[in-house]
Amino acid sequence: MSWMSLTTAEVQAIALSFWVALGAVFFSLPLATFVAFVLARYSFWGHGLLNAIVHLPLVMPPVVTGYLLLVLFGRKGTFGPLFEVLGIQIAFTSVGAAVAAGVMAFPLIVRSIRMAFEAIDPRLEEAGATLGGKPSSVFVFITLPLIGPGLLAGAVVGFAKALGEFGATITFVSNIPGETQTIASAIYALLQVPGEEAAVVRMISFSILLSFGALLMSEMLARRMRRS
Amino acid sequence: MSVELDIKLKRGSFELSAKLQAPAGLTVIFGPSGSGKTTLLRAVAGLNLPHQGTIHIDGSDMSVTPPYMRSVGYVFQDARLLPHLDIAGNLDFPKKMGRNVSAEERSEVIELLELGPLLGRAVQDLSGGEAQRVSLGRALLSAPKCLCMDEPLSALDHGLRQRILPFLERLRDQTRIPIIYVTHDASEMARLADHIVLMQNGQTVMSGPASEILSNPAVVPILGVRAAGTVISVKTLGLDSETGLAAVAFSGGRLLLPDTSHIVGRDIRLRIAAQDIVLAKGRPRALSALNILKGTITGFHRGQNSGVMVQFKVGDTVFLARVTAYSAEKMGLVLSQKIFAIVKASAFDPAGIGT
Repeated sequence: MSWMSLTTAEVQAIALSFWVALGAVFFSLPLATFVAFVLARYSFWGHGLLNAIVHLPLVMPPVVTGYLLLVLFGRKGTFGPLFEVLGIQIAFTSVGAAVAAGVMAFPLIVRSIRMAFEAIDPRLEEAGATLGGKPSSVFVFITLPLIGPGLLAGAVVGFAKALGEFGATITFVSNIPGETQTIASAIYALLQVPGEEAAVVRMISFSILLSFGALLMSEMLARRMRRS
Repeated sequence: MSVELDIKLKRGSFELSAKLQAPAGLTVIFGPSGSGKTTLLRAVAGLNLPHQGTIHIDGSDMSVTPPYMRSVGYVFQDARLLPHLDIAGNLDFPKKMGRNVSAEERSEVIELLELGPLLGRAVQDLSGGEAQRVSLGRALLSAPKCLCMDEPLSALDHGLRQRILPFLERLRDQTRIPIIYVTHDASEMARLADHIVLMQNGQTVMSGPASEILSNPAVVPILGVRAAGTVISVKTLGLDSETGLAAVAFSGGRLLLPDTSHIVGRDIRLRIAAQDIVLAKGRPRALSALNILKGTITGFHRGQNSGVMVQFKVGDTVFLARVTAYSAEKMGLVLSQKIFAIVKASAFDPAGIGT
């Protein structure tokens, strides 16, 4: 076996990270779009508070976010029993890993989409209304296409963040190979074992490559948005 | 079709109190900036909601109808084209939103505004004038019952304005829907208006047919001294062989102009500013000016400064001339007096000559 080839456990961790990050972005995108829209377009009592809550996972120690998720969605947590009735267990499963990654990526996604909402000219929507567009049509045929690049950029940056999430994930869903062990927690586990330096380097290189690619892509999309 | 409106509207400390009747044809809303012209126009389109009153468009009250259900086309000062669509996409947007537009109407509008060569272009590649033409076309293709235009030429330079004005004239003469046109440019108003509504401090203060409003000396304080003057309809007679100038006829006589087209028998509108007319008691002789009209004084209006507006009639046509109070007194100008008016041929503002 060559130095560069990945072991089954490593491939599993990479694949799981990929699916977890994808799920995290997929489910947080609609809510993030809604929150970004509200933050960008409306001023209301509690605007600052909502903004702070959205950004909390960005500045709080990730372990605190993980703990709060346990309190909310653990088997004995606030909503845990409710989901259990529905046959869904969140804590210590890959679903939970996606939830943790989604919560951590949420602020970054919101920021990116909010910037896109703020960059578009609301007067275009007004013009759309005089041309016969009802509010929902104006949103679908004018607003959404205009924030498109920002939406994509938010998704990419959120994906990269979700891919690398560690603290909240390990607190909330632990580090179970094949179930919740992502790239980050695999690296952490490998670091605990003597003689696994080659594996650590492989995983770290892979992780850097992925993050770098995602950031380049989001930068490219953001530039396209500014140009148009 | 017509628009009738009687509303009150508050925006912050600004209060609008407006009455307006816009029959088919082009109605200009004229007034200084801050007088509420745009606020009024936006109320017609439903972009501002009045807190009191009615807005009848084509017979039904739409004062609380949301803009997308009003069928009021709106041309904004900035063209507001949708940047993610090409020109054809912009023109077809109202149809995509469910407005009823036939393929025939589409090609008519494209022909009228000469949009054909632009259809495949991107919004970013248009000049200001082209963008405004597309915006006008897009509004026309929204099956409007009324067309609102908010200073559509103000963002364009002088040359471009001159190129777009003929499109607006053609539109005015070919469409049957009321066009409400906001401007603070007197020559634009004189050239385009069939009807005029004057606004001041949030109120509509006077309205009527364009020829009547423009020749009313009492309107001068609102128009401004430089903008005051009459618009007369004249018929082109062709080149005058003696002077080499273009001759035109109106109900009171004949005028010679420098360079209009020499087509015979065309109806054009001519704006003559009050400050470009000189008055004399006797027929002047040995004068370089060629246009000397004989008229009868029908009114005076004293301004705040040293000027007096003199209204006089030549045939059935009413003119305004601005003289100093000193001259008026020295000449002993009185009502019903016969007077000679001298109009320099070079005084005709090409911007004020239209069809």
